[in-house]
Amino acid sequence: MSRIAARFAALKAAERAGLITFVEAYDPDRATSLALLRGMVAQGADIIEVGVPFTDPMADGPTIQAAGRRALNAGATLAGVLGLVEEFRRDNDHTPIVLMGYLNPFLAYGVARFAADAARIGVDGVIIVDLPTEEADVLLPTLAAHQIDLIRLVAPTTSDERLPYVLAGSSGFVYYVSITGITGTRTASAEDLARDIPRIRRMTDLPIAVGFGVRTPAQASVVARHADAAVVASALIDRLAADLDAQGRVGEATIDKILDDVGALARAMRDARVAA
Amino acid sequence: MNEMLKNSLRLGPDGRGRFGEFGGRFVAETLMPLILELEAAYEAAKADPSFQRDIDYYLKHYVGRPSAMWFAERLTRKLGGAKIYFKRDELNHTGAHKINNCIGQILLARRMGKTRIIAETGAGQHGVATATVCALFGLPCTIYMGAVDIERQQPNVFRMKLLGAEVQAVTSGAATLKDAMNDAMRDWVANVRDTFYIIGTAAGPHPYPAMVRDFQSVIGVEARAQMLEAEGRLPDVAVAAIGGGSNAIGLFHPFLDDPTVRLIGVEAAGHGLDSGEHAASLARGRPGVLHGNRTYLLQDADGQIIEAHSISAGLDYPGIGPEHAWLHDIGRVEYVAATDTEALHAVQLCTGCEGIIPALEPAHALAHVAKIAPAMNPDSIVLMNLCGRGDKDLATIAAHLGVRL
Repeated sequence: MSRIAARFAALKAAERAGLITFVEAYDPDRATSLALLRGMVAQGADIIEVGVPFTDPMADGPTIQAAGRRALNAGATLAGVLGLVEEFRRDNDHTPIVLMGYLNPFLAYGVARFAADAARIGVDGVIIVDLPTEEADVLLPTLAAHQIDLIRLVAPTTSDERLPYVLAGSSGFVYYVSITGITGTRTASAEDLARDIPRIRRMTDLPIAVGFGVRTPAQASVVARHADAAVVASALIDRLAADLDAQGRVGEATIDKILDDVGALARAMRDARVAA
Repeated sequence: MNEMLKNSLRLGPDGRGRFGEFGGRFVAETLMPLILELEAAYEAAKADPSFQRDIDYYLKHYVGRPSAMWFAERLTRKLGGAKIYFKRDELNHTGAHKINNCIGQILLARRMGKTRIIAETGAGQHGVATATVCALFGLPCTIYMGAVDIERQQPNVFRMKLLGAEVQAVTSGAATLKDAMNDAMRDWVANVRDTFYIIGTAAGPHPYPAMVRDFQSVIGVEARAQMLEAEGRLPDVAVAAIGGGSNAIGLFHPFLDDPTVRLIGVEAAGHGLDSGEHAASLARGRPGVLHGNRTYLLQDADGQIIEAHSISAGLDYPGIGPEHAWLHDIGRVEYVAATDTEALHAVQLCTGCEGIIPALEPAHALAHVAKIAPAMNPDSIVLMNLCGRGDKDLATIAAHLGVRL
């Protein structure tokens, strides 16, 4: 069983929803990212998404755009991101790691080479924002051959007629983009989720994670009552960005502040279904 | 008949929106249903004779088509070789070819019941054309424009505002056309239900490259007929400048199946192809995926997009339309480049010989014409797309000539 499947099986057994946290690799430097990856696990993150910086992140709002720029200025490359995951894996073999990014850096790295390296290092899944199902064949067969999940995005605009097509052959989990918009802007309401999640649930047995616009413990606990996992990204990056000094470096307490937020999110999600 | 069809280069794209290995639909899932809806609406419109009738009406009575074809006699004599003709799309309403496409897309937006328009712009010509058709049809519009481009294209910014458009300054990245396109796509993804995105160049996700080409092909269709009327034969060479490539594909497409017509696209070489500061994605780029399509891109070894440079804001883009990428790979069109300096000289050459101040974009095409025409036989014919007028560039041109306005 893959790390992602094992993690969702464990969550189901524990009758709780998972917390997926996001780290933009190399924002603002590699050491900070590594400390965040390790610390987030300790604070209760169930799965970690690692952002692969790209110059033109078309689906991202100002927060992740800025994070990507800081990361590229720090020398981020896809090879560097893989190295970061490799180092994280030296003392963690159980937390699923999902890379999230845009297609071009993966193409530049070489699809076959990427799949082989990612599998060897211990990357469990990949989310490519600008790779809809129509174009997925550039990556899907190669990733599948290496048992790496290509996680599909489903949006509010994905119709019931289109859903089976989008979900066909997908694995890992389904990432529900809960708003029509870019990352870190609007937030889906409980009513939205109560309407949207069952619509997807009817079409798939895969776990459903909700992302885009989940910022606070309260919002995460709302997601926990409807879906199998919540993804929190921009709120954590905002915390980091607000703490950078004039030279763009993290302060003494920055990492602790972010990890405190992760802890609060994790606790809210653990309590969510008990409270419901 | 089937044999002829098989041999045509004008049938693309295929069902997946590809020209050979280029093109496609690399967009987020949120946009994918809209892209499919747009494709279906465009196919339906193409099959409806009233749609083309509407386009023809506005092109004739509002844009002022057909645009003239001008035998540049003094320039021909000065260069001393091939006869040089200009297809004068700078005479269109709003001063460039961009309006041809905007008329088509806004009529499609109306058919689809969309109530808000967005667009990206580099030089401001597409922004002005979009703002113009939005004023004409009473639709609100938001134009995304890089902050750097806003600085160097002030007259066009004011034109857009006067026309009622909201101009959004884009400060991300290098704050030029590429970044404006990113922000327009972000707007679209957030306003999917009511908004129509009028892309200005023959790039982006399918069906845009095909749609923009179709709307711009009026240039080549007219030029072909005008040339047959003027000279009784087709030109030997057709030349156009290339940023994203909409004026060039508009000129070239009707000639693709005429093997005697050499087609030449001129990219912006900026400070020189080996200076690291240019916009020549075919000459110095390699295939990748950006803005919804697979095409040649300026990118580093890690797949990060490199900022383009050109004196011409309209050519300042690190990619190129996918049909050009394909025409390049199969060798049907030759792609060359002209530098900032060569373009500036071409502006002066054209203005002095013909009394036409060209925009910096077609000045790149003219720079190449000036290179090849002298060596050509006096019976041979070069057709060049003069796709925009230079009014918008006066400040830039003056600054480079050391004149303060």
